[in-house]
Amino acid sequence: MVSTTQTEIPPARPGGRSRPRPTGRLGDKIFLGLSQGSGILLLVLMASIAVFLSYRAAIAISKDEGNFFTTFDWNPAGSPPVFGIAVLLFGTVVSSIIAMVIAVPIAVGIALFISHYAPRRLAAPIAYVVDLLAAVPSIVYGIWGALVLVPYLEGLNLWLDQFFGWTYIFEKTEVGVARSLFTVGILLAIMILPIVTSVSREVFLQVPKMNEEAALALGATRWEVIRLSVLPFGRSGVISASMLGLGRALGETMAVATVLSPSFLISLHVLNPGGGTFAQNIAAKFGEADAFGRDALIASGLVLFVLTLLVNGAARLIIARRKEYSGANA
Amino acid sequence: MKLQRKNRLRATALGALAVSGALVLTACGSDNNSGGDTGGNGGQTKAASNVKCDGAKGQLRASGSSAQKNAMDLWVKDYMAACSGVEINYNSSSSGEGIVAFNQGTVGFAGSDSALKPEEIADSKKICKTGQGINLPMVGGPIAVGFHLDGVDSLTLDAPTLAKIFDTKIKKWNDQAIAKLNPGAKLPDKAIQPFHRSEDSGTTQNLGKYLAATAPSDWKYEAEKKWPAPGGQAASGSSGVASQVKAVDGSIGYFELSFAASQKITTVDINTGGAAPVKASSENASKAIAAAKIKGTGKDLALDLDYTTKAEGAYPLVLVTYEVVCDTGNKADTLGTVKSFLTYTASDEGQQLLTEAGYAPIPEAINAKVRETVASLS
Repeated sequence: MVSTTQTEIPPARPGGRSRPRPTGRLGDKIFLGLSQGSGILLLVLMASIAVFLSYRAAIAISKDEGNFFTTFDWNPAGSPPVFGIAVLLFGTVVSSIIAMVIAVPIAVGIALFISHYAPRRLAAPIAYVVDLLAAVPSIVYGIWGALVLVPYLEGLNLWLDQFFGWTYIFEKTEVGVARSLFTVGILLAIMILPIVTSVSREVFLQVPKMNEEAALALGATRWEVIRLSVLPFGRSGVISASMLGLGRALGETMAVATVLSPSFLISLHVLNPGGGTFAQNIAAKFGEADAFGRDALIASGLVLFVLTLLVNGAARLIIARRKEYSGANA
Repeated sequence: MKLQRKNRLRATALGALAVSGALVLTACGSDNNSGGDTGGNGGQTKAASNVKCDGAKGQLRASGSSAQKNAMDLWVKDYMAACSGVEINYNSSSSGEGIVAFNQGTVGFAGSDSALKPEEIADSKKICKTGQGINLPMVGGPIAVGFHLDGVDSLTLDAPTLAKIFDTKIKKWNDQAIAKLNPGAKLPDKAIQPFHRSEDSGTTQNLGKYLAATAPSDWKYEAEKKWPAPGGQAASGSSGVASQVKAVDGSIGYFELSFAASQKITTVDINTGGAAPVKASSENASKAIAAAKIKGTGKDLALDLDYTTKAEGAYPLVLVTYEVVCDTGNKADTLGTVKSFLTYTASDEGQQLLTEAGYAPIPEAINAKVRETVASLS
């Protein structure tokens, strides 16, 4: 924001914002052109992706003999072609929710530890290690998940079934190894930890020292300082960090495709093998799909695109409403 | 703040290091389909003596079915050893991709697990100009049903029982239906975990055709590339299904025989109603393919397999994969190589090589027609 007290700059426009005028020098003009060009390029790119997706999706959906939103099947090669996104939407949302429920508290914990508890010497390496999690390719997570996580989770699944089976959600009604949405959720949680942690950490570090010191001066313990000044200040930042993580979880492909045992059924029993996600389905079906099958997959991709837009939009709304708190991530 | 920035820089550097390391590693893992050693075939790489390289030149790109990948690897290696200066690159993606590539004119021939559909033939007329795409049966193979059940070393099943198992109608290994077919076997009271392919697959389609033909009252699904039944678990690719069966006690799944061999998975003997249960083997599969009839018209040699055969020692659960070419109107610069290469693959020597990779040779009567057709390609 440009302050209006500077005399060289004309007073703010009625809209409340002021914009620096170009000075007329060549460098300024080039820079203006470049930045405007990049901005417009971005818009054109997004628009062309949307147009491409909508066009191909329209072709596919017009020939779909089932209901695109409620059919529990994916068979564009069949006669008649039938496909629907209900299962994919359910699987994508459920696995992402599981990932968020697991990852966000842990990520906030790690971020608080790094920013407020850990000795400096320990905080740095922990921060590196968490950031490094983001550098592991997702297919590696998939292989690790299939070979290590799945066998080890069988015990946890049985335990959950035994003690929490009454919740319905954790009731395991089908035999089978742990290639379920729950396993996928755990894997996704690990994958989104770095982004949620590092953004939250940045936000927590920017809590005004005055606030914390004021709380300390009033005799607050360290936990009370965090509860009274750090968390309220960082809330919108944590929300936006979570949404970034959610964005990644929604679109994750290879790791899910490797770990999940897909099926076109909707079941709230998250421990049962089965289910599917948009990205996983595209990866699994793209190879053998004919031209029409690819259009059908693109139609499902469009739904994922819209879903991601909605999530991001919601995040923006939440953050905008809490702007007064946020110094960092408005 | 300063400390923070430095940290971030360092983390980025470390991250970049990890990423570039991973890139270097993955670069080594890219598929190497022109000549890599396929497991268990060592020693059989002598240059083929009867390969005729007449008219072959330059580079030939081909693409398609991964079911015939191991056969193609062997053929291409031998062929290129005999014909210097010719390069053949078979990209084993999938049947669907192969046909799409063929109909776009980017490959000399395609490999496919199922014969061309009418609309695909219509498409092919654009590329073949004067002719159309035809199917040449080139590789046969048994689809093995592998199982993993501790304490049980051999298992006999018939088509209705297989259908009920894969349809999750039979849920326990000690079910009456299984026990009746396996007198004397100690079948445990364990849940059956059937595995199928998670992606669309010609192998799934062939299993579906077999079950629909032999157990129509127990398998009511259409034979499609996608797995039709609601239950069971899925894994990606033949290798994925095989490794799940290998790992999970109480599991059963289907894949090409070579995967059973390489992972040391016990396979199910099929009770066809003949004198004795039949083992999944190259030889037994060839006997079943011999009962097939040619349903293609003109030069098209698409096969109609007889899944209900009860012939002695004929393993009925088989898969035939085709090479798709233009009957006339092949591209001038690849025609010579295509003819020369397919002449080799259809030769006795080429077909003999198949048994070593767990496939089945195409029976002589059909193969004679294939050779005739290959010779007449233009």
